[in-house]
Amino acid sequence: MLTTYGPAIVFVVLGAVIGAVFVSAGSLLGPKRAGTTRDAQVTPYECGLPSEVRGSFRFGISFYLIAMLFIIFDVELLFIYPIAVQLREVGTFALVAMCVFLVPLVVAFVYEWRRKAMEWR
Amino acid sequence: MSVLVPFAEVGFAESWWIQIIKAVVIFLVGFTLVPLALMLDRKLMGRMQMRYGPNRVGPYGALQPMADIGKLLFKQQFRPRTSVGFLFAFAPVISMICAAATFAIIPFGGTVDIFGTEVGLYGIDVSIGILFAFAFSGLSVYGLMLGGWASGSKYSFLGAMRSAAQLISYELAMGFSILGIVITAGTLSLTGIVEAQSGMWYIVPQFVGFCIYIVSAFAETGRPPFDLSEAEAELVGGYSTEYGGGRFATYYAAEYFHMVIASAIAVTMFLGGWQLPFVDPPTWVDPIVVLVKTVLVICVFVWARTTFPRPRYDQLMALGWKILLPLATANVIVTAIIVVVTD
Repeated sequence: MLTTYGPAIVFVVLGAVIGAVFVSAGSLLGPKRAGTTRDAQVTPYECGLPSEVRGSFRFGISFYLIAMLFIIFDVELLFIYPIAVQLREVGTFALVAMCVFLVPLVVAFVYEWRRKAMEWR
Repeated sequence: MSVLVPFAEVGFAESWWIQIIKAVVIFLVGFTLVPLALMLDRKLMGRMQMRYGPNRVGPYGALQPMADIGKLLFKQQFRPRTSVGFLFAFAPVISMICAAATFAIIPFGGTVDIFGTEVGLYGIDVSIGILFAFAFSGLSVYGLMLGGWASGSKYSFLGAMRSAAQLISYELAMGFSILGIVITAGTLSLTGIVEAQSGMWYIVPQFVGFCIYIVSAFAETGRPPFDLSEAEAELVGGYSTEYGGGRFATYYAAEYFHMVIASAIAVTMFLGGWQLPFVDPPTWVDPIVVLVKTVLVICVFVWARTTFPRPRYDQLMALGWKILLPLATANVIVTAIIVVVTD
């Protein structure tokens, strides 16, 4: 296991090192003028009325809908992958199993479509 | 019965020091492609818009990406008062780690004999293959979400929400578009998929899948025309509004790294990897073939960027859910039926 995935660990470490170097470069290499950080620099970008967003910022319900739809179809996708790999060897049985699995989801998909769950509001 | 056969353990393991050396070499090659892609993007886009593009720094402006990164790294570092310090700094690193980890599965060739030892010209060749790439591209959503949330700015937060919704929507279409290939090849291993394309590249029988993949890849990497996450006119700068200096450079590099990886996966899955039609080049040409094809696919990314206008957000969602997803599902079912009937 570890031997098969060994190089992947090296890739993760290298990515982390490069990311860490880039992220911390500003505090090491950048100009350090103590006391000259202006108020505009530490205020979040603002336009219009001042607002407080931390923690309980409200946002559209559509994002939740998209996330829920995503979970259903993502799980479906992951269940189909093993069938797809073995489809050639197993043949008709796997095809029927795949269709039995897909048909209820297609029905649900059509229902969601008709209920306008995929309309962006 | 063959149903009960567990996933085969494909590939083999070299000794640990070879693994480390080859991982470092492949990573450096991949990371060199990032400034190249950046340069290609600006230069090609300039030419397509009847201007020169950057041409001051170095020969033909070739050192412009280096100059940009150098400038960004020497910037003064500050963050908004409302931001969450640790997460604000850590979020770009997540993006970078995910991009780097995904690059490990790109195969540049089969196994070769280097100084008497067998070495596979890929980071890893595992039985889950392409699912490894999906796992890490799924994780990279956290990089954007945490970055946008930890900024403590409403523009960053809205941008992050929109990025996340866009990424997860197109991840589905992307997963389904690959499924047709998995059915045809009967394996998830990327080297196995490339070897299955020795007769015909999968872009021919799986052309619909290729179109769906490339459109989803534009959206997944946040490239124009689907750069809705950083639509300047509406959202200021998306999730990276509050970022500057080296931290912004990390996001920027990760974005281009993702573009390189999406191109390399397209080459592996659809364009025959290291295979060439009608000729059988020696083994040492294989990595060069893969790299050249990858750069050509990157050019397609730039081409699309200069050609198409940016859609509205509801149009983007409608394209993902109402066109690409049903089309990809139909593609999978048709492929499955054809494979079973012709076998």
